Amino acid sequence: MNIVVASGKGGTGKTFVSTNLFYLLRQKNISTYLVDCDAEAPNSFIFFKTKKIKEEVVTEYRPIIDRTNCVLCGKCAEYCTYNAIFFLPIANKIQLLDDLCHGCAACSFACNYSAIRDSYKFIGKVTSYKDENNVACMFEAKMTPGVASPVPIIKSAIKSVFKSTNNQPTSYVIMDSPPGTSCPFIQTVSHADFVVLVTEPTPFGLSDLRQAVDTLKTMNKQVGVIINRAGIGNRDVYTYLDEQSIPLLGEIPFSKEIAFAYSEGRIAVKEDSSLQAIFEDVFNKIVSYGNSSN
Amino acid sequence: MEIAVISGKGGTGKSSICSAFISIAGSAVAVDCDVDASNLHLLFTPTKDEETIFESGSYAAIDYDKCTNCGVCADLCRFDAIGYENGRVTIAETGCDGCYLCARACPNQAISMHIADKSRMYAGTYRYGDMVYGRLSPGEENSGKLVNLLRDKAKKCADKSGCQTIILDGPPGIGCPVISTITGVDRVVVVTEPTMSGFLDMQRVIDVVNKFTIRLYVIVNKCDLNKSMGKKIDKWCKERSIPIIAHLPFDSEIVDAMLAGKTIVEHNKESHIAHLIEDAYNLIVNDSCI
Repeated sequence: MNIVVASGKGGTGKTFVSTNLFYLLRQKNISTYLVDCDAEAPNSFIFFKTKKIKEEVVTEYRPIIDRTNCVLCGKCAEYCTYNAIFFLPIANKIQLLDDLCHGCAACSFACNYSAIRDSYKFIGKVTSYKDENNVACMFEAKMTPGVASPVPIIKSAIKSVFKSTNNQPTSYVIMDSPPGTSCPFIQTVSHADFVVLVTEPTPFGLSDLRQAVDTLKTMNKQVGVIINRAGIGNRDVYTYLDEQSIPLLGEIPFSKEIAFAYSEGRIAVKEDSSLQAIFEDVFNKIVSYGNSSN
Repeated sequence: MEIAVISGKGGTGKSSICSAFISIAGSAVAVDCDVDASNLHLLFTPTKDEETIFESGSYAAIDYDKCTNCGVCADLCRFDAIGYENGRVTIAETGCDGCYLCARACPNQAISMHIADKSRMYAGTYRYGDMVYGRLSPGEENSGKLVNLLRDKAKKCADKSGCQTIILDGPPGIGCPVISTITGVDRVVVVTEPTMSGFLDMQRVIDVVNKFTIRLYVIVNKCDLNKSMGKKIDKWCKERSIPIIAHLPFDSEIVDAMLAGKTIVEHNKESHIAHLIEDAYNLIVNDSCI
């Protein structure tokens, strides 16, 4: 079962929920994997003693224009939807604008003169880690700063975990999603059997929750909500969940101790038995709602 | 002067601090560059005087009357967007980058391209002047381009009204929309918090800011959460000569202000935290801290 932990709004506690749930399930000897899909800000693995197994480089296609074969016909520039080929025949000039290139290779397809050679640009990496029992169960997508889109790196990380799990139906894959509702989020949740949305009971939290829920509804995804920092703000988010018949999976109280453990890079359920009970309940609810939909 | 507030990590308090800056400025064009999850309009309830369609890109669709299932498109697609479902070539719209290659390559002209046009740019007025904001439709792309559009509009608004200050509430992360938010601004403020993830994300986003030459400042929010982590951040910034212009303690009044639909400055101008943010803002505009 693939459980995606997402939020719409950043900083509501996605990574907190993902890492604590992951820790708890592994403690119970349930086969569980964790993928940090927040390639722009991956932080899941500061919470664990990990051992790096391997790093896979993620690359993106880049054309090299070979001027010895190029006849300056301009067909490549015409095929480029992203205006990434600067073409000025009058000045005998043709040049790739790397920042604009999406790596679609339409230029290479267009060229009839073998003037475009293939090359690949480093855009990020997927790192896999094993835990203290030598099980490869953690995967991290990480984008190189300055790269425009994390999507190819997220795809690679998800591919890597599925290779490891071999799609065993008995294992759980927890994916820590990037914030927002744009492509990186869609890419991650498209693999979900169940989406856990983490929110906080404030107007900002509710507004972003609504957007995430609306998006997931159009994708026909099963959704449940965890309210983090319960106790601050107001009750509007609870009313909203009632109105939308969205299950409340659990509430994590606003607590300085929990926030402090998180800030230190520690797993809070390790030292807080009432929090552990909350997460056990969350997990049971995910399993029962997830199964009822099938 | 254009001031952008960013953070790397989400939820560090960008919008709360940004909105407080706007109150202190008293007159500012406000731009919500977090087109994925915009929040500034919740506090400022701007009018929606102008609505502009933002074409975020295109996507490919197959006409199955013409498709012979030859698979040329699937072989060429670099975005893994074309695969087989029940033996039939299928395009996953969520994976499509809109490059047109499949449509051009199809020997049977079975693929057509369609414009993704559900995203919007809005412009209106609010209590401190003009406001520009946007909504990227879920799953649509090119948030960076939409941010550029918002900023162009904001500049036009500022020129028209004579307003001297543009304040941008940035998106989280380090990707395309962040780069679009900070390109060419006069000041960047990075809001962080003393957590390991806040610290790491701050470092990543400062890496990106440093690819430009922009005056950079750091605000440590919720600074009392973890003092030793706070010290690490202080030290890291000091070693790089990055000025920390405020250490803001956790204050439940920030949440109270949000619930009341106000900025912290409007909610309680005399509060300690409002004073700290005001001092920080004055440092930025007067740039007296080196």
